[in-house]
Amino acid sequence: MSHITSGDTVMVGGFGLVGAPLTLIDALVEHSDATDLTIVSNNIGEPGRGLGKLLRQGRIRRGISSYFTSNPEAVAAVNAGEIEATLVPQGTFAEAIRAGGAGIGGFYTPVGAGTLLAEGKEERLIGGVRHVLEEPIHADVALVYAARADELGNLWYRRTARNFNPLMATAATVTIAEAGEIVPVGELEPESVVTPHLYVDRLVAAA
Amino acid sequence: MTDDVKARIAERAARELRAGEVVNLGIGIPNLIPGFLGADSGVVLHTENGLLGVGPRPGGDEHDPDLIDAAKLPVTALPGAAYFDSAQSFAMIRGGHIDVAVLGALEVSAAGDIANWAVPGRDVLGVGGAMDLVVGARRVIVTMTASSSRGEPKVVAECSYPLTAAGAADVIVTELSVFRIHDGELRLTELLGDATVDDVTEVTGAPFVVALEESHAAR
Repeated sequence: MSHITSGDTVMVGGFGLVGAPLTLIDALVEHSDATDLTIVSNNIGEPGRGLGKLLRQGRIRRGISSYFTSNPEAVAAVNAGEIEATLVPQGTFAEAIRAGGAGIGGFYTPVGAGTLLAEGKEERLIGGVRHVLEEPIHADVALVYAARADELGNLWYRRTARNFNPLMATAATVTIAEAGEIVPVGELEPESVVTPHLYVDRLVAAA
Repeated sequence: MTDDVKARIAERAARELRAGEVVNLGIGIPNLIPGFLGADSGVVLHTENGLLGVGPRPGGDEHDPDLIDAAKLPVTALPGAAYFDSAQSFAMIRGGHIDVAVLGALEVSAAGDIANWAVPGRDVLGVGGAMDLVVGARRVIVTMTASSSRGEPKVVAECSYPLTAAGAADVIVTELSVFRIHDGELRLTELLGDATVDDVTEVTGAPFVVALEESHAAR
């Protein structure tokens, strides 16, 4: 966890706790003093579970998320002014991370136009429809979970535990992958690789 | 809202869905719809956390911790199902590849504006995929009770709650009736159970045109 320092932006995969890199989150909780973190994750864990542990340590300064509500302690922390919340529609959240990893400087989406979540954002008419400019999201470090990896860091995901993980793996300066199983090079079918190894900088076995 | 009322709304909404359609079901009443779709309905369910071909909820020991729906509840996957990441899932949604979204709402205006994610003065911290779904799905069906728990109409002239999207609703199913919105006009097209036009008028906060159609035959 020496890759994460105070003030960093950290992406964390998972939809709720499904597909969340729980071993890496525990390592961040137990073996790092980094604080003042910006967390990019669809949810801020659950009370005392996953990112909910980091929240209880008071080490999150800002959350970028589509659904804080699944952790009432995150909602309470926002309401108490302890963390800053940036709420993003889930599809915009996913696409902004994809853009961040793909070198795209932003995109226009009709989603959110005319709502509270578009306030202050540049808008234009495209095909007669209001669109909102959304900027990419990039992180210092991404923590992702894959059911299976080979020793090079090629990743294969299982069922709905895929969610944001392949996107986040592309969108950080350093990507750390946690794998349920690590197999020798050559054992993953090349066609079944979802995240090619060039995106993965460090690989850790799940506890 | 009693379970019986919810089930009646879900049962009627289920009859809006056609074989071959790809449908995304929201949390709450829409989640009851699979119970009213026959095994051979041909309706294909999509969940935005990355699965096309959602099957029934699993029995006791079939529960797979890696297989959930957007309500974070266990589901199964049907033969022919496909998994994908969240960017592709929402590309399907925004790109017009989802035929129908069914979702609950706090308010719907006569012009089809939907408010379903935030109540002023309360926490405004969870939007999930609601905005993407109502903007992107080709047809949007709102399932909700006719009145709020405080007895106020939920079909209104103008939404007072923060919008999810403007002009997005196509059909509104309540326990009393079905409304359809065409060219910005709110039409009462079907009365449910013993409801009368007067009953509907009493709990509707916007003018509407009465344009009753033959009831859909039960399938």
